[in-house]
Amino acid sequence: MTQTTLPPTKKTAPVSAPKGTVSDRSRSERRLGWMLAGPAFFVMLAVTAYPILQAVYESLFSYRLTDPDNRAFTGLNNYWVILTDSLWWQSIWVTVLITVVTVTVELVLGFGLAMVMAKALRSIRPVVRAAILIPYAVITVVSAFAWQFAFDINTGFVNSWFTWLPGVSADTDWFGDWGTSILVICLAEIWKTTPFISLLLLAGLAQVPEVLQEAAQVDGATWWQRLWRVTIPNMKAAIMVALLFRTLDAFRVFDSIFIMTNGANGTESVSFLAYRQTIARLEIGLGSAVSVLLFITVVLIAMAFIKGFKVDLSSARGE
Amino acid sequence: MVLASSLAACGSDGDGGTATLTWYINPDSGGQAEIASRCSEQSDGAYRIETAQLPRESAQQREQLIRRLAAEDSSIDIVSLDPPYIPEFAEAGFLAPVPEDVAERVTEDVVQSAIDGSTWDDELVAIPFWANTQLLWFKKSVAEAAGLDMEQPVTWEQLVEVAEQQDTAIAAQGIRAEALTVWLNALVESAGGHIIEENAPDPEDIQLGLESDAATEAAEVMRSVSAVGGAAFTTAGEDANVTDFEEGDASFMVNWPFVWPRALGAVEDGTLEASVPEDYGWTLYPRVREDEPSRPPYGGINLVVGAFSDHVDAAYQATECIVSEENQAYYFTTNGNPASKASVYDDPDVLEEFPQAPVIRESLEQAAPRPQTVYYSEVSGALQRAYHPATSIDPGRTGEQASQLIQAVLAGEQLL
Repeated sequence: MTQTTLPPTKKTAPVSAPKGTVSDRSRSERRLGWMLAGPAFFVMLAVTAYPILQAVYESLFSYRLTDPDNRAFTGLNNYWVILTDSLWWQSIWVTVLITVVTVTVELVLGFGLAMVMAKALRSIRPVVRAAILIPYAVITVVSAFAWQFAFDINTGFVNSWFTWLPGVSADTDWFGDWGTSILVICLAEIWKTTPFISLLLLAGLAQVPEVLQEAAQVDGATWWQRLWRVTIPNMKAAIMVALLFRTLDAFRVFDSIFIMTNGANGTESVSFLAYRQTIARLEIGLGSAVSVLLFITVVLIAMAFIKGFKVDLSSARGE
Repeated sequence: MVLASSLAACGSDGDGGTATLTWYINPDSGGQAEIASRCSEQSDGAYRIETAQLPRESAQQREQLIRRLAAEDSSIDIVSLDPPYIPEFAEAGFLAPVPEDVAERVTEDVVQSAIDGSTWDDELVAIPFWANTQLLWFKKSVAEAAGLDMEQPVTWEQLVEVAEQQDTAIAAQGIRAEALTVWLNALVESAGGHIIEENAPDPEDIQLGLESDAATEAAEVMRSVSAVGGAAFTTAGEDANVTDFEEGDASFMVNWPFVWPRALGAVEDGTLEASVPEDYGWTLYPRVREDEPSRPPYGGINLVVGAFSDHVDAAYQATECIVSEENQAYYFTTNGNPASKASVYDDPDVLEEFPQAPVIRESLEQAAPRPQTVYYSEVSGALQRAYHPATSIDPGRTGEQASQLIQAVLAGEQLL
């Protein structure tokens, strides 16, 4: 059985449209468009493009915030320092690991929750939806503290509730080792952001035309086959949006690490490294270079996703 | 709250009226706010102090203050600053110079370590407020059972032996945080060494003493203590230490004096048996070398006046009121933060609340400040990276690794 999706509707240009010239009406529409979108566009430039360009510029200097007089141009030296430092590669590895683990688990869990939300009885649907969304409404720092307290050796309940699990005892120091720290960080992230993914996937599920499901059912497709051949292919754009957003988000993980381990035992992520150089060490140049590298990585991930999924994002809007 | 107070600062009257001063305070049990209102009242309308609270962790307090001061924030009039950051602030020109007459008055009868902690480049740049030091806290019953004479100075080695023999733990700050640097510095100093042997204006010329015998001995102590430090030694800070000590998991602990009011408060609230603090004993910080007095950690808070403040004179006037003997005694007895003025320790009220006062005073006289350098945050961060976790310290090599890391970080050749 092949995948079942609706045939693309052909867009045909109206015959009467004159080529090449712009009518008064479309010109005034265009002007109106600029007047409506222009302010937002400039605000976006001011709050995103300007800081990005400033970071790129600062990253070429050796510049300490408390010693502005000794600011010196050093070219790409900051990038060289970073890329030859083992700490950078270690934090890249930690970040990739957290990203892959959390996004994978969240996608599977989120899909399940989206199905539950979509199929839940009409009477309990709002309750289910609210219950699932609560973790997402919690501030990340608060959720990080909650998880830290839960696993803390003095204040936590985990050590006394889960002693039946192998490797867990009353004396398990979760934040004393790399592996266990990463595990708790991942758990906190998954708990916190699975609702986000499931919400996006729920929107995707709603877009799958019921006619296709019925047609497949008539053809004798099992539930499993319908899921893989009808539902998922038809919500590819939604999955891609969910994955892309969450991956970019996960790659910038900071709060949980900051609260739970403060970077101890090799748990630093790339964002944490940028924070420590810029805010703690006040080395604006070096910190900006870390941020620029983080930005480039994030752009590459986004490009890889869009190319890999071969989905036009605008098609998700049904244009 | 910060926003509200800075708005209020903007609204202050410039022409001879009441100046509104903003005092950035570290979180405490309300003592600084009370002192602020007392001083405002006593000033007869010369100034009114409003407090704005900084983050809990001293490293985060520094981050916030430095960003604001780098942007020349004029709302910063008075700041409660952790002493190790004073050189950095002074060197960056963030502090208004202390008037000579004020300097003279505020150093009268003040313990030496607090004066040292307020001095940079042989000049007083901060006003000593309260001076903290760590004591060795112990359970009298356990020390007795082990036959340890706590009237005599004890060494870390003895404590480790007793802990092993009595199957108990020594609580110390093994967490990767500023507290670890505090511990390491006290150990190196107690062994007769210094983390920074020689300071230099150029960070690349700073001479480190981490490969000395003293530093190696300190590393050995850290390692051996970590073996009897309890289950979560590498994540334990001061608060976790007290919990372990209160619950009886640890029978020895190096910690600040807040331990005492905390235990009494818990007894009052009914969360701790009265017999627990009754068993508390205290003495000077343990020695590293048997024949050399220990050099306990020095901490506390000193006051600085922001260089961009619109009311520098009023601010210095206010700091003199804040650090008055009366206010220091009040702060000591109510918030558990020891005074920097020696005379406060003879106050009968203080002695009644804090039976430890004489030991605290003695400890302050021999306390050693952390390395004074403009690059303190980097030095401390690198030390924490090299010496954490204490369980995996290799006394022969960790010092060398830490030296290399600090030098590379200061030269801008390595990330931290």
